Amino acid sequence: MSAVAYAVPSILIFATAAVLILVGAIGVISLKNPVHSALSLIMTLFGVAIAFVAQSADFLAAVQIIVYAGAIVVLFLFVIMFLGVDRRQHANVEPLVGQRAFAGVGVVITVAGIVALMAKAHWVTGAMSVSTNGVALATGQGNVKQLGSAVFTTYLFAFEATAALLVIAVVGAVLLARRERTLQSDEVEV
Amino acid sequence: MTSLLASSDPLFAHGVTGVVILIVLIKVLVGFGALMGAVTIMIWFERKAISDMQSRIGPQRWGPFGILQTMADGLKLIAKEDLVPAEADRFVFKLAPYLVLIPALVTFALVPIGGTLHIAGHAVQLQMANPPMGILLMLAMSGISVYGVMLAGWSSGSKYPLLSSVRASAQMISYEAALGMTIVTIILATGSLTTHSIVDVQGGGIWHWNIIRLGIVPFVVFLISITAELNRPPFDVVEAESELVGGFHTEYSSIRFGIFFLAEFMNTITMSAIIVTLFLGGPAGWIPNVAHLKWVFPIIWFLLKTTGFAFAYVWFRAALPRFRYDQLMDLGWKRLIPLSLGWMLIVAGFLIAPAWGFLMASLVLLSWILLSRAFMLGQSRETGVEAVLPTIGQRPIPGTVIRRFTDGES
Repeated sequence: MSAVAYAVPSILIFATAAVLILVGAIGVISLKNPVHSALSLIMTLFGVAIAFVAQSADFLAAVQIIVYAGAIVVLFLFVIMFLGVDRRQHANVEPLVGQRAFAGVGVVITVAGIVALMAKAHWVTGAMSVSTNGVALATGQGNVKQLGSAVFTTYLFAFEATAALLVIAVVGAVLLARRERTLQSDEVEV
Repeated sequence: MTSLLASSDPLFAHGVTGVVILIVLIKVLVGFGALMGAVTIMIWFERKAISDMQSRIGPQRWGPFGILQTMADGLKLIAKEDLVPAEADRFVFKLAPYLVLIPALVTFALVPIGGTLHIAGHAVQLQMANPPMGILLMLAMSGISVYGVMLAGWSSGSKYPLLSSVRASAQMISYEAALGMTIVTIILATGSLTTHSIVDVQGGGIWHWNIIRLGIVPFVVFLISITAELNRPPFDVVEAESELVGGFHTEYSSIRFGIFFLAEFMNTITMSAIIVTLFLGGPAGWIPNVAHLKWVFPIIWFLLKTTGFAFAYVWFRAALPRFRYDQLMDLGWKRLIPLSLGWMLIVAGFLIAPAWGFLMASLVLLSWILLSRAFMLGQSRETGVEAVLPTIGQRPIPGTVIRRFTDGES
């Protein structure tokens, strides 16, 4: 399908989402202050949500905002504020020697991979959804039904495996973090 | 896009024409004006009602019963100097008030305040918007409004607001889970996500209201968690005046402080309206057989119910002492989340068949008992001299360690 078939509103929405995602993503890595980076991350997440709506996955868009913007980035900010690391860091310091070179290699490999994938097909497929063979997702109520039945039938194993992984991670974190408190030697009364 | 809009709102069924845009504009303007007016009255009402409960007089100078006091305060705030602290992060400091205000406005747009009207061949729902993901949008907005409070506190560059914003983030995350779980219960029973159909399903009399149909538990959990989300008393550790000066907005002045103040009361009204929508049938109620005026009565019912909850919030503020921070966390994580999760499973079971419902109920009861036993064991493990944080004269973390964290830049 060629790009001519798209209506003007869809192109505008796509452009808005793309600008939000890219500007936000660049901001996350280039801003000096961790809190500002977290704010740009929220911008990226909003862009992704808009892209979801444009793909008529409106349930995913809502969940994206609730879970990622509403909970996960809040926790990032919580940790940043709690540890008091919310000040500018010197961008020139390399905690790992030669990490810039490795990062550059990683970027080249990723971009080359994407270009190689795109070279096989057209740049834009125009397909609304891969899981439904290019048929647009149902709007409103049907959207949730489609997603629910896909998650609990076709992709049940992946879904349950992810759930188990998350539970294991939580239990592990609690086990590592929680220990019996004993008075440290440098905690003597003042 | 149009099909997405039309899937939940019949106004867009025949495409987006000039008349449709006009109707939407009028709805938005009327809704916005009504909300602003309601906020003005709410601020006056809260001050007056609390002063009555505390045997004071309260505002009395401006207008009859002091009803114009809010106007006077607003003018005073606008006329004050707008200060930005030297240590503040200027951009975020100026952004934060709007991050509180906008979610408050968007959430109110979802509330159905009446039935459906027919104007010029268009079916007009008396609510500003009825998106297909209606009630999820409300959850998303309540998630976004955390940022306003958090960033306001952080960007002030001052100690007490920062403490307040850390408290706010922890508190809102904790109660959002219970909130989401009760909303899932409602969605299960309704079979739809739009606020319009949630109200529609409850239309058949008082026994169909969610507060009774789902058992009283989801309503209680929702009321508690939404009060915590609002940071209103008794959950107002975020702006605890006795500990944190004024909380996250200590450093704010002039109209920026005014926006926080406005948003707080706007949120109170909006959440009262959301409770009415979700549990008390929204505009549902007895309609007398008066020609041409039948559409007015649902609005009156809605206003009455919402006013009831707004008064309840004022009452909470006057009557209840503030929670301690650890009690707040205990209530959220150890009581409300298991309770709402278990109740959701029970409701889901009964929706399939009564047998499954009773099976689920016994399983949930068993796990509640196990869980409370686990909490008791955990509690007894913590007691002892070493486990309790030392109180005064000794920091839980040595001062040198804290300084290494906060000033450790070199």
